[in-house]
Amino acid sequence: MAQDDHSGTELAAADSSHAETVPAVKTGTALIQSDAFENPGFPPHRPRVTDEDPKKEKRAQRTVYTLFYLSILGSIWAIAAYMLFPMEGNDVGDVRLNNLFIGLGAALALLGIGFGAVHWAKAVMTDVEIADERHKVGGNQVAREGAVKVFQDADRESGFSRRAVIRNSLIGALLVFPLPAVVLFRGLAPQDENPVELLSHTMWKAGTRLTLDPSGVPIKASDVTIGSAFHVIPEGLSELHHGKLEEKAKAAVLLMRLNPDELNELPDRASWSYDGIVAYSKICTHVGCPVALYEQHTHHLLCPCHQSQFDVANHCEVIFGPAARPLPQLPIMVDDEGYLVAQSDFTEPVGPSFWERH
Amino acid sequence: MNRSKRRTGRRHPLATAALLALGLVFTGGAYAAFSTTTAQAEPSPTSQETIEEGGKLFQANCATCHGLEAQGTNDGPSLIGVGAAAVDFQVGTGRMPMQMQGPQAEQKPVQFTDEQVKQLAYYVASLGPGPDIPADSLVNGGGDAANGAELFRINCAMCHNVAGAGGALTEGKFAPPLTDVSGVHIYEAMVTGPQNMPVFNDLNISPEDKRDIITYLQYVQDNRSPGGFELGSLGPVAEGLFIWIFGLGAIVAITVWITAKSN
Repeated sequence: MAQDDHSGTELAAADSSHAETVPAVKTGTALIQSDAFENPGFPPHRPRVTDEDPKKEKRAQRTVYTLFYLSILGSIWAIAAYMLFPMEGNDVGDVRLNNLFIGLGAALALLGIGFGAVHWAKAVMTDVEIADERHKVGGNQVAREGAVKVFQDADRESGFSRRAVIRNSLIGALLVFPLPAVVLFRGLAPQDENPVELLSHTMWKAGTRLTLDPSGVPIKASDVTIGSAFHVIPEGLSELHHGKLEEKAKAAVLLMRLNPDELNELPDRASWSYDGIVAYSKICTHVGCPVALYEQHTHHLLCPCHQSQFDVANHCEVIFGPAARPLPQLPIMVDDEGYLVAQSDFTEPVGPSFWERH
Repeated sequence: MNRSKRRTGRRHPLATAALLALGLVFTGGAYAAFSTTTAQAEPSPTSQETIEEGGKLFQANCATCHGLEAQGTNDGPSLIGVGAAAVDFQVGTGRMPMQMQGPQAEQKPVQFTDEQVKQLAYYVASLGPGPDIPADSLVNGGGDAANGAELFRINCAMCHNVAGAGGALTEGKFAPPLTDVSGVHIYEAMVTGPQNMPVFNDLNISPEDKRDIITYLQYVQDNRSPGGFELGSLGPVAEGLFIWIFGLGAIVAITVWITAKSN
């Protein structure tokens, strides 16, 4: 059955003499240390039921070919299911039936072959214990010299070392070959723009109105009752046709109104809120998930991805989790008509750390 | 054969069961008829009697924590101005009266009849203006499910899960699953912001948009996932657990079978 690559002989017979192959060398007075691990040899051979009982062998054979026939049925069923359960309509339910029945057929086809083959090998094929000895990894001297000679011959015949111009031009060609890929992939990155600059600025400008996501309706300060949470996008974002999602991914803001007594503001940010209304970036400073799980009593903001928690009452400082920085605050004020507007862009880049920002 | 033998007996063996069933149907029918008649006598929001009855219930069940005048104490907030919607939600879902202090008041069997809940609600509404119990047309799910789905994903899904299956919050709090919550309670929760849920007033999400959100939630509940087995719609946690236990379990079992010696 299993044969050694080199000798091509079956080793099962040789194995029985394993214990006697210790070289007969006179030890003199030297103390021989016995090996801590002795080869226990094979466990006693235990015949299978299929070896002893012809009926059971027949049965095992039947099981094997039944499994193979089931596999054939499975394959045919997969083809039939493709035709019987087409994905033609707009109904997603069709996809489920189609995938389910094709999948069941394909699974039966593959599992039938797999289980059949394993059962065949285990229950019906010859059952003898054999040891497949490892051969030495290194070849002998002759083989090594032969290999060296092959390389030398090839070098001499091709002139790889001798014809330096050809060789060097080939090396040059191989080095230049990946360059188109580098240029093409570079084309996927922002063009003619500094990515650091792009990441550092959002759509918010002085005077940009805060509007509702997704409708773009501007928000009055009086609309925001205590305990409210508004999901906010900058004015004009909902009308963008190009790069809308990129802008939204940076500019999304959560607007909350706390009782002003409970709001503990940094002195230099005291003018950034309006009567307890605060606006913070929704993009987590850890890896950029949207942080919007706002608890109106505890004033905690929870990021669902890695459980970073921010305390809105304390300028969104990190109170738990892996986020490195507080959420950036958007300075807001109220315009003449009572609408909430941004005082400026965020004063720091929103979102996670990147190469120019830590 | 059996039947003819049994007919000779004095009583059919199923007679007891039939009698029981008959009795149950009559009792249940009578009860249903009775309870519908009481439901028809819905308390009027403005009648003095309703408010007085509600006041009595309040004194007996709520005043310990919320104060005799609902002005609030150290144990419970003031209820002046929370409106009928807040009371109908908190009491109507069994969250109030609260059983014990904990991370959040949990849902439990409702402690009052519908009529008593309404009486309490209108009593509290009489103390100060606040959101009212929404009209049927806003909570019966006749809106635009697609618009509701978009609004739900923006405003609600981060806590309540995109399929409304609920989710964890901080320090033992959680956003409850929205399956099997009535439209009127969902509406009231949005408008009043119970416990740690933020308030979504009518200027943030208009009444029609709230109706669309309820429509979406009812749609999700009635049209189960086309992907098949949902595992509670909990996403990667449940799915990961399933594949780690059953997928890897199957691989381990097959590996053991392949390497085991045949009998």
